[in-house]
Amino acid sequence: MNKLLIKGGRVIDPSQHIDKVTDLLIEDGRVKAIGNDLAADDAEVFDAGGLVVAPGFIDLHVHLREPGQEYKETIATGAAAAVAGGFTAICAMPNTRPVNDNASLTRYMVSKAQEAGLARVYPIGAITRGSEGTELAEMADLKAAGAIAVSDDGRPVMNSQVMRHAMEYARDHGLVVVDHCQDTQLSAGGVMNEGRISTLLGLKGISRAAEESHIARDIMLCELTGARVHIAHLSTAGAIELVRRAKARGLPVTCEITPHHFALTDAAVVGFDTNTKMNPPLRTEEDRMALIEAARDGLVDAIATDHAPHHEDEKMLEYDQAPFGVIGLETALGVALTVLHHTNGVALPRVVEMLTAGPARAFDLAGGTLAVGAAADVTIFDPEREWTVEPQQFKSKSHNTPFGGWRLRGQVVTTFVAGSEVFRVQ
Amino acid sequence: MAFNRKDLLGIRELSVEEITTILDTATSFKEINERPIKKVPTLRGKTVINFFFESSTRTRTSFEIAAKRLSADSINISASTSSVTKGETLADTARNLQAMAPDAIVIRHPSPGVPYQLARLIDASIINGGDGAHEHPTQALLDAFTIREQKGRISGLRVAIIGDIRHSRVARSNTHLLTKLGAQVRIAGPRPLIPPDYESIVEDSSDALLVCNRIEAAIEGADVVMMLRIQRERMSEAFFPSLKEYSIQYGLTLKRLELAAKDAIVMHPGPMNRGVEISSDVADGNRSLILEQVHNGVAVRMAILFLLIGAEGE
Repeated sequence: MNKLLIKGGRVIDPSQHIDKVTDLLIEDGRVKAIGNDLAADDAEVFDAGGLVVAPGFIDLHVHLREPGQEYKETIATGAAAAVAGGFTAICAMPNTRPVNDNASLTRYMVSKAQEAGLARVYPIGAITRGSEGTELAEMADLKAAGAIAVSDDGRPVMNSQVMRHAMEYARDHGLVVVDHCQDTQLSAGGVMNEGRISTLLGLKGISRAAEESHIARDIMLCELTGARVHIAHLSTAGAIELVRRAKARGLPVTCEITPHHFALTDAAVVGFDTNTKMNPPLRTEEDRMALIEAARDGLVDAIATDHAPHHEDEKMLEYDQAPFGVIGLETALGVALTVLHHTNGVALPRVVEMLTAGPARAFDLAGGTLAVGAAADVTIFDPEREWTVEPQQFKSKSHNTPFGGWRLRGQVVTTFVAGSEVFRVQ
Repeated sequence: MAFNRKDLLGIRELSVEEITTILDTATSFKEINERPIKKVPTLRGKTVINFFFESSTRTRTSFEIAAKRLSADSINISASTSSVTKGETLADTARNLQAMAPDAIVIRHPSPGVPYQLARLIDASIINGGDGAHEHPTQALLDAFTIREQKGRISGLRVAIIGDIRHSRVARSNTHLLTKLGAQVRIAGPRPLIPPDYESIVEDSSDALLVCNRIEAAIEGADVVMMLRIQRERMSEAFFPSLKEYSIQYGLTLKRLELAAKDAIVMHPGPMNRGVEISSDVADGNRSLILEQVHNGVAVRMAILFLLIGAEGE
């Protein structure tokens, strides 16, 4: 019998409202017990003194690029980056080449993830065929093959009638609809937040209205259809307010925020570093603080990375020509702890909740808990350890991060998936 | 004061002292352009590359003449497309330019920020010859030179800048420069052509920069009226209803010019759309300094080349 005893760590498991220094016993890949002074004669012992023991993190929003763009990332390298960042489960967006809009592709992704044997990979299927926004993808078939949600992320579904029918159909099949909310006519040609900085730099802006009007539409369609809707990567104070009102009315709306949006503002674009180009764009300090406040007060369900690997050559272009997106799996915890917890006083259990129980609830995923009997996906981190971000050391194939050289406080120490150690910091 | 920069990328980064140094240096170089033999050996042995990704006869020729009058070797390279459409990265472009061992590179590019990106990768001095809708520092400097020459000062002047502000690098650079030197800048044009939060782009926003709803409000009492080109190529984007309506609402006519100060001067960075943003009788009238701007451009660019690559040991 395979046993692991994690002793003396600060166990934070928001799913069970646990926050105390205690022991965790894992047996045959599952949580066997949580309690003081646990003993198991034949168990391997991990001394977690001074460390936080949490459920394995879940990332609702990553781009793994396989199939089609393996030079940027593969399922295996993405999964390696995930566990290095403490993520034991990641949800893979369907904008691969070809788009994951069919069961065979979903099964391929699942099998590649199993081969890698690192993080659990949950494919997200497309809402529409080819993510072209016109015909619905075969959602039931996608679900049967392993898809856990549907999204046309990166290509917002602009046709409201198509979106309505997608929500109606997804509801029947128990799938969450994840939307990248952006009116692409309002945002056409935009490469950064519209405002003072875009005017200074002469770069075309993306207004807040482009995001907020689309969120408002989705909330109305959510009310109309009763579907579960997850709003990806909120970036504005107005977007937060819209979700707040929807939740207050009891609508089944969930949301995520990303570390780059709560750590940075559009001021970072001055200097034209293309690692500050993402979609939605970095917004203003007012927006950033609204995200932090929403993280603190419980509105936000999940911290998601929107991990978007791009090859160095692709980012080494003119700012307006470079692709959108930054990676984030390996910096998420450090940025979240540094910005939310250490700098802005967001409670540690709340940060852990947005990385574990919150995302699990949003997509009805197993995991995000250390409940007895649950799979022993465990992330152990040091909330105080300081480290410097060195992108060239990442497990990810790509290095397009805006956090290179940042000094962060908080680092993953070791990650277990089903009781097996899949990562340990050097 | 010494001018210690490697590059000239934008007006926004420059101090008042640096701007004044450039303008003062240009004054001494203007005299060379009046001589029968318009050539001095100051930059002999230096190489200047004019690397233009957009067509521009005026700016490119001005830089070429400036370099030649200082005895530098001047080479023109033009590219009709950006690096990405050629399958090349900016780093590749930079490496190729570096391999030619130039002393200065004047770059014009349709994408904002390219001079800044290249300046980090290349040892040679980079001069921004216009980057998208971002900055056109040498144009602003020659405009300021022309204003100072005519008015004897810039501080306290009221300068109206009218037209397509959204797409204008000239408007941005002039706004920075003129407000830094103490002028009041008034902006006017159709609202869709005024970029968001324009009022906030200068540090001192008290009343140094005003955005006016109507052209008349901008021109009223102005000492300088600077008209910008309407970019016909963007007409399909529905920024305003028609050229006819634009010329009626925002065109500079002799009648509108009467609203300005009695000794007001008229400027335009060119090329002009006669009859659209400016009537011919204004463009060719006795208040127009449009050709003087072109003339002064050579002296200002000579000064910039000298300060960046020729002033060692001075």
